[in-house]
Amino acid sequence: MKIGDKAPDFTLPNVDGTKIALGDLLGKNKAVAVIFSCNHCPYVRGWEDRMIAIQADYAGKGVQLIAVNANDPVKYPEDSFEAMKQRHASEGFNFLYVRDESQEVARAYAAERTPEVFLLDNTGTLRYHGKIDDNYEDAGAVKAHYLRDALDAVLAGKTPPVAQTEPQGCTIKWK
Amino acid sequence: MSITIDFLYWPECPSHPDAWERLQKVLAETGVEAQVNTCVIETEAEAEAADFLGSPTIRVNGRDVDPQTPAGAPARLTCRLYFREDGRPSAIPTEAMIRNALSDVQTLKEK
Repeated sequence: MKIGDKAPDFTLPNVDGTKIALGDLLGKNKAVAVIFSCNHCPYVRGWEDRMIAIQADYAGKGVQLIAVNANDPVKYPEDSFEAMKQRHASEGFNFLYVRDESQEVARAYAAERTPEVFLLDNTGTLRYHGKIDDNYEDAGAVKAHYLRDALDAVLAGKTPPVAQTEPQGCTIKWK
Repeated sequence: MSITIDFLYWPECPSHPDAWERLQKVLAETGVEAQVNTCVIETEAEAEAADFLGSPTIRVNGRDVDPQTPAGAPARLTCRLYFREDGRPSAIPTEAMIRNALSDVQTLKEK
């Protein structure tokens, strides 16, 4: 998917038992960050505190983060739907965490890594793609806040200063 | 006793250059002379054969530098999860892990 493309719609099960439709999220928010994610990857683990902070800081501004886990749960049992529910609860995730069991959504987005961000405006258009910021390991050492900067731009009706960065993380574990 | 370090990595995980740099830094700072072998793991069969727990995996005289390595952890092609001293996650072993592993071997060497 390229910057400016319309994102594929999806409906996926959330860890709380509900079904989440991207179209509904877009209708209720000014921006939606679809983040391909998982439980086991050290890069995801490192960035999780930033995901929680961004959701907290931007929830009141009409932004929804949705983490999508498409990893093969047979080879990676810690990425099973049950393990996702446990991690969502134990880590206090304030963002949506949905399961892409068929991996069709990950393939439709041409996602390759976890984490990998696809920031959509409220028309479902891709406005930023890449990493959350420039330091997965140390929030205090971040110099480039790519996702925050892109969110600020989208909320202000402007073009993100950096629209594309190289995703950094584990590969999606295909079946 | 000579010291052999095995540095195993899967190229699809981006952490190995940082891990290699950290290993070289610790070796330079400690002055430890060791035979360092690099091994590229590219298939699940290779991961199984090498008991590769994720990328990177560093062993000093056959022993994993991470003392928290769970027994029976599955071999697999992914980035390996480590934890820093303060509990934060990392994709590479800490300097302390590498130093301690080298120190353990040197202590055995002196005995």
